[in-house]
Parts: sequence; C-alpha cells; structure tokens
Amino acid sequence: MTDEPLLRVSALSKFYGSRVGCENVTFDLWPGEVLAVVGESGSGKTTLLNCLSTRLLPSSGTASYRMRDGQWRELYRMSEAERRFLMRTDWGFVHQNPADGLRMTVSAGANVGERLMAVGDRHYGRIRATAVDWLSRVEIDEDRIDDEPRAFSGGMRQRLQIARNLVTGPRLVFMDEPTGGLDVSVQARLLDLLRGLVTDLGLAAIVVTHDLAVARLLSQRMMVMKDGHVVESGLTDRVLDDPRAPYTQLLVSSILQV
Amino acid sequence: MATPLVVSDVAKSFTMHLRDGVTLPVVAGVSFSIRGGECAVLGGPSGAGKSSILKMLYGNYAVDEGQIIVQHGGGLIDLASASPRTVLSVRRHTIGYVSQFLRTVPRVSALDVVAEPLVERGGDRETARAKARSLLAQLNLPEKLWALPPATFSGGEQQRVNIARGFITEHPILLLDEPTASLDARNRDVVVELIAAKKAAGVALLGIFHDLDVRDAVADRVIDVTAFAAGKIAA
Repeated sequence: MTDEPLLRVSALSKFYGSRVGCENVTFDLWPGEVLAVVGESGSGKTTLLNCLSTRLLPSSGTASYRMRDGQWRELYRMSEAERRFLMRTDWGFVHQNPADGLRMTVSAGANVGERLMAVGDRHYGRIRATAVDWLSRVEIDEDRIDDEPRAFSGGMRQRLQIARNLVTGPRLVFMDEPTGGLDVSVQARLLDLLRGLVTDLGLAAIVVTHDLAVARLLSQRMMVMKDGHVVESGLTDRVLDDPRAPYTQLLVSSILQV
Repeated sequence: MATPLVVSDVAKSFTMHLRDGVTLPVVAGVSFSIRGGECAVLGGPSGAGKSSILKMLYGNYAVDEGQIIVQHGGGLIDLASASPRTVLSVRRHTIGYVSQFLRTVPRVSALDVVAEPLVERGGDRETARAKARSLLAQLNLPEKLWALPPATFSGGEQQRVNIARGFITEHPILLLDEPTASLDARNRDVVVELIAAKKAAGVALLGIFHDLDVRDAVADRVIDVTAFAAGKIAA
C-alpha cells in the first residue's frame, strides 16, 4: 500500500444550465480501493462518473490523477489526445450496456486485442494468446474467440467488456451499473468475477450502482448521492448498517429482504 | 501485559429520520479497557447495547462521542474519529471480529471464505487454505462441505465457518458476537479451547456470550453494560 492517493477530486460541480448535475463533490481514491456511488436515478451519480472519466467536462472543480511515473496531472487541463490515451491504457470504463463498450461487429478476440494494439502491441500471436487468457479469466470458452459479441448472451457480453477493459492492466476502472439489466444468477457470477479480479489485480474502481447489495459486495467505501449532492459517505458497511442521513435511512429501509 | 484497547466515555444514539427524527439513546459513558491475554465479556440483558458497543469497536457503527484508542501499527489511533482507510487497516491487521451471522458471497467456497482474511493480509493462498482446513476440521465441519459456498449450510455450519474465519488470523484484538449461539455442546467446547489458545497467545478478547457455561469457561471478568445505560447518564 502506498501513502499517496491515485485520484484527488476537489469541489467538482457540473451544471446543465441552471440545473445541478452534481455539486461540490470532494474525495480521494487510493490504489486498490473500490468506491461505490449510490443513489436513485437522477441523483447525479452518472454525471459524476462521466466527469471523473473525462467523458464530460465539469463546470468547476478539479481532479488530479497520479500517472504511472508518479507525476500528478490535472485531468481537465490535459489535451484531448492525452486523455484518450489514458482512457485506452491506464483506465477502463465498463458501461451498463455492453454494446456501448464493445465493438459488436468484430470478433471477441479482436475486442480484447484492440486495446493491446492501442498500447503498441503488434505481435499477432502474442495478442491472440493474451486474448485467450483473458477470455478464460472471464469464463468465456476459447472456442468463442472468433465469434462476434452480437452472438453472445447479455452476461457473456458484459464479461467480454470487462476483459476488454482489463487486458491493458489499468489502475483505475469506472463502472456504470455493471450488473444492471442482468438476471440475478448471472449477476452473482459477474459480481464474484469482478470481486476476484479487483482483489487479484489490486485495481482501484469507482462503481456507480443503485443496488446496495452490489455496493456492499464490491466496495470498501461508499458515497450516497441525492439531487446532485453527496449526502453521506464512509465505510460501506458503516453507511449501510448505521445510516445517518435521512435519505440513506430511507434507501436502506427500502431494501426488500430475501 | 499491554493494553491494546482503551474505550473512554463513548456515547451512541440512533436518530430515526423516518420517524420524525426521534432519537433513541443506546449507551453513554462507556469506559473500559482490555489487556492482552484477557477475555472480557459484555454482560446485560438484550437491548442493553452490547452488540452496539462491539460494532462501534469494529468501526461498523459510528461513534457520537468519546474515544476508542487502539494500538495499531506501532502507534495509537482513535477509532472513533479514524478515516475509513484507517479503519480498514485496523480491521486487516489489528481487530478481528466474529459476527453472529455469516455474510455469504455467491460462489466462494467455505474453505476460501475462511482463508480470505489471511490472504488479504498478504499471506500465501495455499498456506492460508492449509490453516483453514485444520480449523474447519477442528470445528468438526464435514469435509465434503469445504468446497461448497456456505449459503445453503445450516445455521450451526455457517457459524463454524464464521468462527474459523475469525480465528484464522493473529489479530491482537478479537471481538466475538455470540459465536456459540447455534452450536452443539461438542463444538461449543472447541470454541472454548480456541479462545483459551488466543488468550495464551496474548490476544485481547471482548465478547458477548448468552450461553452461561461458555461465559463461565472463558470470561476473566464481566463488564456490566447496564452501567452505561444512556438514560442513566442523562438523568
């Protein structure tokens, strides 16, 4: 464990005209730490995620990232090309809908290999071998490597998207409702897989979810958002077992017991 | 002997915002310390706040007032005001916790559930599994269950997995929330032996035991939680 965070976010706000997307969000994220951002639709959690991943530029505030060489860079002052490079190499983004993160008309192997080529790998045999390895790590049979994701089930597509993101060994992964829209049994498998990969690879991750069970299983720390503001944050089990903010209490008490 | 845990003037209440912000006081003025090699037991009727105290000591419940001083990583830290990151580090290295119920994770085998805390502390997975096997055997969990996820186990089986998970590490402080509640006599005796071994190793233990036989067998002293009744102090 290092004593320096990976990401420092300070007073980040995003307004859509006079409407608040998210306002005054501040936090640090350390290497290997998984932060869950929970809240209902419209609470600003996806806006926040998009700002952090520079898919959206904030109205005010700063976010600094510690690059692999140890240098701190301000994300919103980087050039478009630099941000894109970061996005393709040191970061991953797992979309709720796999079709947004995959190229649906090229093979599964090419989906994984493409990110490797983006970081300069040109050796076909090596790329293919790495792709096979990653497909097996996300539990996709090797004989599906030449199939297009169009022919995959929802759960398989999601696992492929994860493999595509992790193949370059990113240090930070953004996930937007990674288990949304999947059957419960498929969700369980995916969660278990994500949990294992995050631990084994020591990834830092920011996971947006409205599902508190997903937050509990994957994250150590969580932020609860409502109307664009962080209403409560802390250790995940503390927030869930001893919620302090009225809204968090409402959220926690609204969970159906199985 | 060292005193790795000192609790002073801790108070806790719950504010129920969904019920017009009514405040439920739980405990106040909680003060005690635990020495290494000793097992203290929280005593008092249900609802006195025993579990709440234990949960505050693990960082699972927030603390309204007071300090919880823990010897951690060669220094002293106040758990009551520590950052989430510090609390996680304390849990990984200093304070272990055996909860009343096992929180199961889909698809993870009982053996790996038990081995996980050691692996998290940077231990080798196979060594951790070997230790997990010996603990599960000691707790008489049938070997055919080890490779299965514990979600479908009986209460007593889950509890034994939970105990093994709590006892596998060498945390200097161990919190026990009714670890014997759903065990038969034979396995209760095993837990008593495990606790005795921890005491001999200099671990500071704090527990809740409703089972009087177990309590008498392990307790060096009883901390009466009714003395910390929140109303009493306020009045």
